[in-house]
This record gives sequence, structure tokens and C-alpha cells, in this order.
Amino acid sequence: METFSYVKVPTIDKALGSASQAKFIAGGTTLVDLMKLSVEKPKTLIDINLLPLDKIEKLPDGGLRIGAMVRNSDLAWNADVKESYAVLSEAILSGASPQLRNMATTGGNLLQRTRCAYFREPSAGMPGGYGCNKRTPGTGCAALEGFNRTHAILGTSEHCIATHPSDMCVAMAALEAVIHVEGPKGKRTIAFADFHKLPGATPNIENALEPGELITYVDLPKPVEGAKSTYLKLRDRASYEFALSSAAVVARVESGHIRYIRVALGGVGTKPWRSHEAEAALMGKPANATTFKAAAEAAFAKAKPHKDNAFKVELAKRCLVRSLKTAAA
Amino acid sequence: MAENIDTRFKHLRSRTPQNTTKGLAPDQQSVDLEPLTESEPAGKRGFSRRSFLSGLGAAGVLAGAAPLANATPVLEPASQDQADTAGTGSVTLRINGKDYTLHNLDPRATLLDTLRERIHLTGTKKGCDHGQCGACTVHVNGRRVNSCLSFSVMHEGDEITTIEGVGQPGNLHAMQAAFVEHDGYQCGYCTSGQIMSAVALLKEPIGPSDEDIKHAMSGNICRCGAYTNIVAAVRQVRSRA
Repeated sequence: METFSYVKVPTIDKALGSASQAKFIAGGTTLVDLMKLSVEKPKTLIDINLLPLDKIEKLPDGGLRIGAMVRNSDLAWNADVKESYAVLSEAILSGASPQLRNMATTGGNLLQRTRCAYFREPSAGMPGGYGCNKRTPGTGCAALEGFNRTHAILGTSEHCIATHPSDMCVAMAALEAVIHVEGPKGKRTIAFADFHKLPGATPNIENALEPGELITYVDLPKPVEGAKSTYLKLRDRASYEFALSSAAVVARVESGHIRYIRVALGGVGTKPWRSHEAEAALMGKPANATTFKAAAEAAFAKAKPHKDNAFKVELAKRCLVRSLKTAAA
Repeated sequence: MAENIDTRFKHLRSRTPQNTTKGLAPDQQSVDLEPLTESEPAGKRGFSRRSFLSGLGAAGVLAGAAPLANATPVLEPASQDQADTAGTGSVTLRINGKDYTLHNLDPRATLLDTLRERIHLTGTKKGCDHGQCGACTVHVNGRRVNSCLSFSVMHEGDEITTIEGVGQPGNLHAMQAAFVEHDGYQCGYCTSGQIMSAVALLKEPIGPSDEDIKHAMSGNICRCGAYTNIVAAVRQVRSRA
């Protein structure tokens, strides 16, 4: 690991005023891991664990404000989250391990990086190493022709097919969360759908954060009245594994018809994948197996599998159908 | 040396049937698990598993034993390679109720490496070093975390508990005793991490079933496959809590 200088800051202002080439460190579960692999080489680490961003508060409009430093376990076990945003609680508890969830924060989870084995290879993107456009733009993508069983089938480009690994983010996509950031140029909010970026020709740019910007809060809108929500995650083992396919669904059914629907998919996309196609196929339709199947077909009509991950197309369709049955039953 | 080694394995004899009049009682806590490193001053005894291995490492016999050979005593000046890096001054860590002041701590030192190499609390184990196996599990402010994924400099002011702080031979935590009783290990390498996780889950809002225990323990990998016995140990302690 390359060395770095370390500062612990007591306030947001101090955090923002710190050096360039710095990275914020919160739980460290992604950053320390990637520093050991030489994927991340920050010159300065700014420890933000003292920042007063560790609260979950109800907003006047009925929404919920989650501080960026709220640990994943605290968020998953929060009474309001379990009651009104079950999909978020279920998604978080389906990810990582209890130890990691005790460390990982809300803000950090938004910035979780891909588990693509080529990206994580210490010498990837360097001379003699695997090509990785995420590590070093222009060096190619070893996963395209390599072992790509866990890679994405939606949102890929000829430059990158790395899967976004987060479960929390999939639930937040379905809940239409809003991300608050603060930076050298002031405060702003980013809609969840705009936060993560498709790889396109620049897979090294993963999100909408500007240099020096710090995530401060994530707001969840007021819960949809009468809606049920659920998260289903399919993977190689029953616990402590990344998704091969997952589905977050928020649905309200009245008189047998779907009156509100939000669908987001995980394990299949290069970003947390909100499926407007599935939603369009469901909205206003009878809540039955035929509708669910049609929605799954619509969600993956543009899926682009590679050599080893064609199985994901059918798996993901079934995953979505099962979640819809749970949420819209 | 033969005599020393014989002493070191005395704790194993105490678990053999001929040494006990009957099987271990369900809540037996008096299992005679002798520490592998004695509390006697090192100079007097002059031998422990750790000093033995470190000696091998220094002699170059174990080519891969560099981390052991690099062990730096607490409060002593940093070794040359540490002095070359950006130091952070002194950091005080509170571990098992005691304060340890570490001079010139490398900011790259993980909590795991500091516990093992600087403070010589070697009960916490290094497995994968990437947060995937759970062998390094310790408690920070009462919650279980992977000590391999955290820098020591970040823990000033935290209350850190390691397996050594959970229980000691002669005064085992109920979970340690349950692991002994149910044979919740084979090689023992993952055991301290398993026990740290198991102790922590007693306070977590998980469900009552074995399935819930399995999920809650899934961050701790056991290559020997002692899972069934680990679940039995955890179930027993939960039922008596």
C-alpha cells in the first residue's frame, strides 16, 4: 500500500477545506480494501467519522433524512425504515456481513466500486497488466473476452461491462431517493437516477460528484400510501455474496390493478438499474402472472449478455417475476 | 525444547477422556485451557510459540514469515522502514480496558496488524486481510467489525475489545465455554473471530431460529467446516441469556 497523510476533521467545513488529491474515509470497507490492492492510491485521507451526519430524522413532509455517516446496520434496523421502507431494510441486510454492515456507511455505500476481478487486479490498467478502462482509460477491457459470468447485461458499453455491486443502491433507486452533497461551490441535490453514471466511453467516471464534494444526506420521499415493497436477491450462496440478480419493487394494488409501481434491478446493470420499461408494462394492468411475465420481458428486452453470463437474462426475469408476486400479491 | 513443547500441549491432554472422570458438563467453564504464551516474563521462560516462529522468521528459515519478524515492541522506536513513511505521532488505543500509546504509528497500519504486531495481542487472526473471512473480528464500541479493513489511527478514543478481553483461561466467557463444549472448531484458526461474532450477535436484533444464527454468523468462514457445532454453541448461549 502506498503511504498517505491522515487528517481527522471535526466539521464539514474543515472536511471541505482539506487538501486536493484527498479522499474521504468513513467505514473504509471499500476504500481500505482497494488501497491494499493498489486500486486506490490517495495522497491524503480525510477521516470524516466525527462529522455530525449519523442521524436518521423524519422530514416535515413525511420523508426520511439519512445522514451520510449512518451505518448500514443502523439504517437497516431503524424502526421507520423497517416500517415504511421495508425494501431498503431488506436490501441492506441481504448484503455483506454483519461486521461490514457495522462499518459501512450510507454515503460510502453509494460509492461502492465494482467487484470485477479484472478491475481489482493490482496491475490492471498498467503495462503488462489486464486492460481496464475504469483503472486507466484507453487500456481496454479484459472482461469483454475474459471470464465474465458475474458481469452486467444492462447498461454496458464496449469499454466496460462491470456490474454495480450495491444492494442498498438498488432499493434507493426504487424509492427515488435524493442525494445531498456539499462542496467547494456550495450545496446541491442530485436525483438518485442521475447520481451513478453509465460507463459509456468513460467508465472511470462513476458518479456525478465534483472534485471535493462530500455526500451529506440521503432523503427518502414520503412513503407511498398503501404500497408494499420487497427486495429479492439471488446469488451463488444463501448469505454473504454479491447478487447475480436482484429486484427491488414498490407496488400499490387496488381492486386487482397496479396503481403505483417502481422497479429497480441489481446484479445485472452497470449502475443501480431503474427499469422504466418494466414499470410501463405494469402500470394500470391487472396484477397477475401474465402481467409480471410481460414486465420481465420488457425489462430485459435490451439485455446484452456476454460469453459466460447469458444465464443471467432468464435468472433476472424470474427474479423480477417473483418479487412482483411478493409485492403485488 | 521437547519439554517445553510438551508443556505447551498440556491443554490438549486436559480435554482427553482419561483426564476427566466424565464428559464435559454443559456449562463447564473450568476447562483447563492453558495459554500458549505464559504470563511469566519472556526472559525467564524464554520460549513461546510466537517467539519460536519469530526466531525462525528472522533466521530466514520461514521465507514467508516477514510480518512476524517485523514485530515491533510497544513504546519502542519504529523500525527503519516505518521511520521512512509519513508518521502520525503518538496514537493511544484503548484495548480491553487498557491504554496503549504507540509512537510513530504508520498510518497504513490496520487495526489488525497493530493488535498483532505492535501490541502482541495475537488472539485476533489474519485470514484474507480483505474483509471476506471474519478471522480478524473484534469489537469497537461494542460492535463487531473487521479489524483488517480499518486503520489504527482512526480508532483513538474507541473502546476496542479483542478475544483476550472477552475471557481468559479459568474465566471463560459463556460463549468460549460453549465452543469448547460443542467442539465448535477443528484447526481453531477462525475461532477467535467466530467467538467475537457470536458474542456480538447476542445483542443484535436478529430472529430466534438457527437460520437467523447462520445468517448472523455468515461473515465468519470456517475452512474446517465446524459450522454445525458453532451453531449449536451459539444456540445454547442464546437460550440461556
